[in-house]
Amino acid sequence: MSAVIDAHHDDHHHGPAKGITRWLYTTNHKDIGSMYLWFSFIMFLAGGVMALVIRAELFQPGQSFVEPHFFNQMTTMHGLVMVFGAIMPAFVGLANWMLPMMVGAPDMALPRMNNLSFWILPFASLMLISTLFMEGGGPDFGWTMYAPLSTTYAPDSVTFMIFAIHLLGASSIMGAINIIATILNMRAPGMTLMKMPMFVWTWLITAYLLIAVMPVLAGAVTMMLFDIHFGTSCFDAAGGGDPVLFQHIFWFFGHPEVYIMILPAFGIVSHVIPAFSRKRLFGYDSMVYATSSIAFLSFIVWAHHMFTVGMPLAGQLFFMYATMLIAVPTGVKVFNWISTMWQGSMTFETPMLFALAFVFLFTVGGFSGVMLAIAPADYQYHDTYFVVAHFHYVLVSGALFSIFCAVYYWLPKWTGFMYSEALGKLHFWLSFIGVNLAFFPMHFSGLAGMPRRIPDYALQFANFNAWSTVGAFVFGLSQLLFLYLVIKCIRGGQKATAGVWDGAEGLEWTVPSPAPYHTFSTPPVVK
Amino acid sequence: MTIATRFVPSGLLLLAVVALAVPASASSGWNMTPGVTEISRAIYDLHMLIFWICVAIGVVVFGAMLISIILHRKSRGVTPATFHESTKLEIVWTLVPLGILIGMAVPATSVLVQMYDSGGEDMVVEVRGYQWRWQYKYLDDDLNEQISFFSNLSTPREQILGLSEKGENYLLEVDNPLVIPINRKVRFLLTSNDVIHAWWVPDFALKRDAIPGFINDMWTIVEEPGIYRGQCAELCGIDHGFMPIVVHALPEDEYDAWYAEQLQLARLEEQLMERDWSEAELLARGEEVYSTHCVGCHQADGQGVPPVFPALAGNAMMTGDFDVHMEVVYHGRAGTAMQAFGPVLSPVDMASVMNYQRHAFGKAGASERSEPVKPKDIVTFAAAQ
Repeated sequence: MSAVIDAHHDDHHHGPAKGITRWLYTTNHKDIGSMYLWFSFIMFLAGGVMALVIRAELFQPGQSFVEPHFFNQMTTMHGLVMVFGAIMPAFVGLANWMLPMMVGAPDMALPRMNNLSFWILPFASLMLISTLFMEGGGPDFGWTMYAPLSTTYAPDSVTFMIFAIHLLGASSIMGAINIIATILNMRAPGMTLMKMPMFVWTWLITAYLLIAVMPVLAGAVTMMLFDIHFGTSCFDAAGGGDPVLFQHIFWFFGHPEVYIMILPAFGIVSHVIPAFSRKRLFGYDSMVYATSSIAFLSFIVWAHHMFTVGMPLAGQLFFMYATMLIAVPTGVKVFNWISTMWQGSMTFETPMLFALAFVFLFTVGGFSGVMLAIAPADYQYHDTYFVVAHFHYVLVSGALFSIFCAVYYWLPKWTGFMYSEALGKLHFWLSFIGVNLAFFPMHFSGLAGMPRRIPDYALQFANFNAWSTVGAFVFGLSQLLFLYLVIKCIRGGQKATAGVWDGAEGLEWTVPSPAPYHTFSTPPVVK
Repeated sequence: MTIATRFVPSGLLLLAVVALAVPASASSGWNMTPGVTEISRAIYDLHMLIFWICVAIGVVVFGAMLISIILHRKSRGVTPATFHESTKLEIVWTLVPLGILIGMAVPATSVLVQMYDSGGEDMVVEVRGYQWRWQYKYLDDDLNEQISFFSNLSTPREQILGLSEKGENYLLEVDNPLVIPINRKVRFLLTSNDVIHAWWVPDFALKRDAIPGFINDMWTIVEEPGIYRGQCAELCGIDHGFMPIVVHALPEDEYDAWYAEQLQLARLEEQLMERDWSEAELLARGEEVYSTHCVGCHQADGQGVPPVFPALAGNAMMTGDFDVHMEVVYHGRAGTAMQAFGPVLSPVDMASVMNYQRHAFGKAGASERSEPVKPKDIVTFAAAQ
């Protein structure tokens, strides 16, 4: 018995290892969380550069900057890099940092797998991006990889993309297993499920979604691989296959995937809005149930991405109704956030600004989502810039803004220093203006008839596109300010207190700032 | 704090601008077109209905948010309330949106049911997608009386590259538009020869995927004569942005006259094959065919985009045996982007383009070349398949 206690005692003095091995061998959730976040930021910049190449080409009609073939590679890689490289790893990074501290656990349940699931990412992403330099160019068929454009007609580099997706998927699944194991097994005594912080709840549900659908994506790309190299005809009608089958499988993954990228965001703003309203989250129970409903519904709406493939009437109606239903639990969440603000005592530090912008702009994206759900009208919206506007409103001013929100909210806890509020606000306003300038005009160009994924366009779309490009550059460049702000905050500044924000609640605020290398070696008791 | 007060107002301002701008400029390219069919107007009305419902919800939701941001702020010295749940409210804001959604679903369902009523057509047009052009075939009971043609982008490359001024219908103009009559129910059957395309004309509110190996259908009754333009709406490769759709809707009698004329021309075309073609004639025609069908992949200079689209310039095939060359052009190369042009090109066009390719890209061996290939050679080759 005493030996056990001694060993524990020795552990207590273990700080981080020195040098590069700290990062290569680490099993510490905070180190791994930081690596995830830095990795995702690098990928965000890479995907952002690709977006700016796209916007530069579309600044005015005519082929001015890149060739159509390279343009298609940019649209494809921008999507893949942002989804699998930037947004998803950023949320996993936040989960790594915060979940153990929020549930009062000393670390993630499976620390070595944690290390593995991170270290797969840089190599997988490198392989993905390296396709751009291969003979014949990188994948050029859109991130949705519709067969047979992505099989029979694809460049050779598609094989590397498939393996990269397999690896990224494996990493996500390991991350999800770890998160579920941590949440279900390592909560502090007294923390029942219905006492868990919302970020924990939303990540628990997200992790189940990940485990459910990443293998489906792996299956889809494996079938592509077999069609390309081993003579099968899964997606080739000439051999008895069906190109539309690919879309069904892809979107059976793809729709839950969009909720994988937004549920953790719901969790984050459910912390930040109460903290800066100095008032408890309104309707905690209904938030949990709404999140679960959204997760369930996400599995039965996939074909609303495919209203134009020629489904039977009954199919169209089912997917239209099911999709419209999602507005109900989503609405509940928005109403609850606003009721949380109602009669609170609000202040407007940077995290709160991002949270409010999230509620506002995500709801705008939700409105266009309801419009897109209306199957007859979708015949006009489908595959136009209206769709591009919609999903950038929910993914950029939704998911990405919530990540910024989370970083500002927890940065003092991570670094021990307050970030510069003035710079933070400047970053917010530039991002807010940039996002709206970039993506709002896309509603108009889409309604006016501009298809997506075209490298050149008719003259009547010129003004909208020029504005979008200006907005995209404002937004893109202002992210360098964010980088500067974060580095500045890591290097020093005003000391942060343990509580940091006067309205913030939760176990993570009971440990000192910066959070020690090991926290909650002894579990706290939650009443 | 002052910066925050501007936050939601700016958002609402944005919304108001949209709300005012959209209906005020329905025809000026900001909004969905009401179009020229019963269905397209129904869809437009549906679109505007949902839009206004969203605006109304937005005013309420963002209004509440704004009031809260203005009134319930710490700088006004308010103390926070402590309420944090209300089952009654939760039920209300679950049921009210549900009711609104049902209100949207009812008209949406009726429009959708109407769109699926595809029987009783007056004529059928087969629309076939190719990388990167459309083929229109007017299906007729008499198989010898069918007309079909390809529709290609006709915007000159100089305009795309910015070497000359862009025309009014830049990227929305074709060599051979689809011609249909007004006031008749036209049924479209869609399929594709290679990858998935999507045929979309906003004024008809028609968009459907053209999928290789499958046939989709849709229909329209156009009410006003005119020229209507659209584009391919599904990413289909390099020149996805360059395969527009142009439809001429003609009054019934003019359409009938046009159709009769086309049948006449089709018969003349058959006779062309019997003619004896000179090499110069073949080369001139071949250059046109090449710029229509081949240039997208193999490029104007024959350099291609290796390795996906191989170069023709310097390619051994250009100086080698005619039969090998013909085999590839006629049957395509399985598993690559090279499609079979046998069913696409007339014997005259195929002979022309092969001669042109050899002339333009196989110069090294030009002197050793024997007789040019003639349309009749193609007919013989095709018969042997």
